Amino acid sequence: MESTAARISQAEPVPSQPPCDDSALAVRLRAGDEAAFEELVRSAGGRLLAVSRRMLGNEDDAQDAVQESFLSAFRSLEAFDGRSQLTTWLHRIAINVCLMKLRSRRRKPERQIGDLLPEFLEDGHQRNPSRPWNPEGDPGIETSELRAIVRARIDELPAPYREVLLLRDIEELDTEQTAEMLGMTPAAVKTRLHRARQALRALLEPLFTEVQR
Amino acid sequence: MNDRPNLSCRELIDFIADYLDGSLPPQVRSDFERHLGVCPSCVSYLDGYRKSMMLGKAALRDYDDARLESAPESLVRAVLAARRQSDKA
Repeated sequence: MESTAARISQAEPVPSQPPCDDSALAVRLRAGDEAAFEELVRSAGGRLLAVSRRMLGNEDDAQDAVQESFLSAFRSLEAFDGRSQLTTWLHRIAINVCLMKLRSRRRKPERQIGDLLPEFLEDGHQRNPSRPWNPEGDPGIETSELRAIVRARIDELPAPYREVLLLRDIEELDTEQTAEMLGMTPAAVKTRLHRARQALRALLEPLFTEVQR
Repeated sequence: MNDRPNLSCRELIDFIADYLDGSLPPQVRSDFERHLGVCPSCVSYLDGYRKSMMLGKAALRDYDDARLESAPESLVRAVLAARRQSDKA
C-alpha cells in the first residue's frame, strides 16, 4: 500500500525553482546521514508540533503525531522529488497523520450540522433575523479563556466539517489541496467549508450577542 | 438601472464565502452589496461570519509559538531513536 508520504509527494504542485538547500539535505537523508536526520528534526520539529497541537489539541497526541510524521517521511524519502520544500512536504504529511488520529478517536456526541445553519422563510428572509455582534464579546471573558471556548466550539463541529475548517482556515491549504487530502471534489470542499463557518458562527453567536447589556 | 432582481437573504448567505474570497461575478457582487445596504440582519450575519473565522484562527494560533521554537529535546531524541530502530527492523 502506498504510504501517506508517497501520496503527498505526488500531489505537490511544481514551483518554479527547486530549493537548493532542501535538495542537498534530501540527498544526505537518502544516503542515511545521521546528522542530516537530526538537522531536519531539529529544524522542522517545532513547526510540525505546532500543526499537530492545533489539529489535535493534546500534547501527548501531538508529539506522537510528530514522531509518526517524521517516520513516515523517512520511509518515503525516495518519493520526495525536491520540487517543493521539505517543510511543505512534512507539513502535509503531519496534517494527514493528524487527520487519521482524529478519525480514530472515540468522539463525544457531535452537533448535527443542520441545527447550526440558518433557517429561511419561503420568501428567502432569515427566519430569525441576525443581531449585531458586540465587537469585544463578553467583557467578562479573558482572551485566553475566549480562545479556549472557541477551541471547544470548533471541537463540537461534526468531524467532516471540522476537518475542512482546520485544513482551509487554520492550516491555510487551498481548496484543491484540501480536496486532494480529503478525497473530495473542490466544489464539495467549498460547500462544506461554508457550512462549517456558518456552524461555528452559530456556536459562537451567544457569546457575542447576549452580552450587550 | 438594471432589471435583475436583488438577492434574497438566503442567496446572500449562500454567496458569503465567494464574496469574501473575491470570486463573485461583478453583477452578483453588486447585488450582494446592494442587499447589504438595506438589510441589517444580513450585515450582522456577515459580520458574525467574518468574526468567527478570525476567532477560529486566533484560538488555534496560540500554538504557533512552537513554530518558532525547536521541538523539545525529548521529542527530538525519541524521533531519532525510533528512526534508528526502524532501520534495524
